[in-house]
Amino acid sequence: MGEMEQLRKEADNLKDQITAARKAMQDTTLQEAAASINVVGRVQLKTRKTLRGHLAKIYAMHWSTDSKLCVSASQDGKLIVWDSITTNKVNAIPLKSSWVMTCAYAPSGNLVACGGLDNMCSIYNLKGKDGNVKVMRELAAHTGYLSCCRFLSDSEIITSSGDCTCVLWDIETGTQKTIFAGHQGDCMSLAVSPDFKFFISGACDFTAKLWDIREGTCRQTFGGHENLSRINYILDLCKLYDLRADQELITYQDSSIMCGVTSLAPSLSGRLLLAGYDDFNVNIWDTLKAERVGVLAGHDNRVSCIGVSSDGMACCTGSWDSFLKIWN
Amino acid sequence: MPVINVDDLTDKDKALMEVTQLKREVQLQRWMTSKCCEEIKDYIQAGVDEDTLVKGISEDKNPFKEKGGCVIC
Repeated sequence: MGEMEQLRKEADNLKDQITAARKAMQDTTLQEAAASINVVGRVQLKTRKTLRGHLAKIYAMHWSTDSKLCVSASQDGKLIVWDSITTNKVNAIPLKSSWVMTCAYAPSGNLVACGGLDNMCSIYNLKGKDGNVKVMRELAAHTGYLSCCRFLSDSEIITSSGDCTCVLWDIETGTQKTIFAGHQGDCMSLAVSPDFKFFISGACDFTAKLWDIREGTCRQTFGGHENLSRINYILDLCKLYDLRADQELITYQDSSIMCGVTSLAPSLSGRLLLAGYDDFNVNIWDTLKAERVGVLAGHDNRVSCIGVSSDGMACCTGSWDSFLKIWN
Repeated sequence: MPVINVDDLTDKDKALMEVTQLKREVQLQRWMTSKCCEEIKDYIQAGVDEDTLVKGISEDKNPFKEKGGCVIC
């Protein structure tokens, strides 16, 4: 037996062991555990503001931690920082490359970042001395598109890329501190834990991985351990995984929904899960009961991004129709 | 932290990386799903009363309220 064949067999064996270990811990489903809880009442959010100004599809948005400002990225080649309450544009930043796929607001509010088909993550200083917003750093090393980026602080940012890796950067020196390798497909998104110790990456290899930022290691992998012959890739559903049980707890799906999910955001308490879909709507799910409790209809094209502000007061949706909407 | 150049990895390197990773993951200490579900329920219930999107908000307390327009009686 060749070495590759041997390694493949070993991998399959280990995957089967993990599947069995997970099953052994499965003494209930979330649906059973939440049986005594009533479904949350119908959620009817209204569009409170429409942020108009982009001239092309919006691909990403991110709230500032102040719950007032937010940044959006559009393929019109601009990053716009909005005051979501007044709808004023605080900054309109022209980008070198218009093929932007992601944007992020630093927790401090001092910096924003973006990137896309230029394979770079560009950092902009919003609080420069002369009031002009300039590129502060261009983080270049990825050999594939930049799909997502999230700041840990003003000095560190994590990026995910079509080159199948995620990277922790030192913004000051513009260098890679850690490369998180292991995904076997394009990394498409990432989310950082509230304590900034971990992040989760989602990739086109159909898995999500939990990474320890300081150790540089992958702790857990979700979604990819099933035997390939039994995987059904249905793109119109969302799943909730628990890190401690190391498995899926519940799936959010409805037979009437037949299109892909583009973006997700939980409400402040986690009771609601807001998901943007290709059919131009946002569906609101009761997280515990896996029932649809509301719909946000108002965009004229795909909802590409969604975010709930840190104080939970509002949800922002961005769309290919070039508008952002604030709902509550 | 050693810098890995992913493009330099051979198929065998990748296969070895995968097996090493799986060996790590197989050893994970896992919780019973019942314990996890209880914790999730408790966490959510504890925060739900402060969750504007669930509970709603009165017009006068809503920072995003639409600006008052003219009302024709």
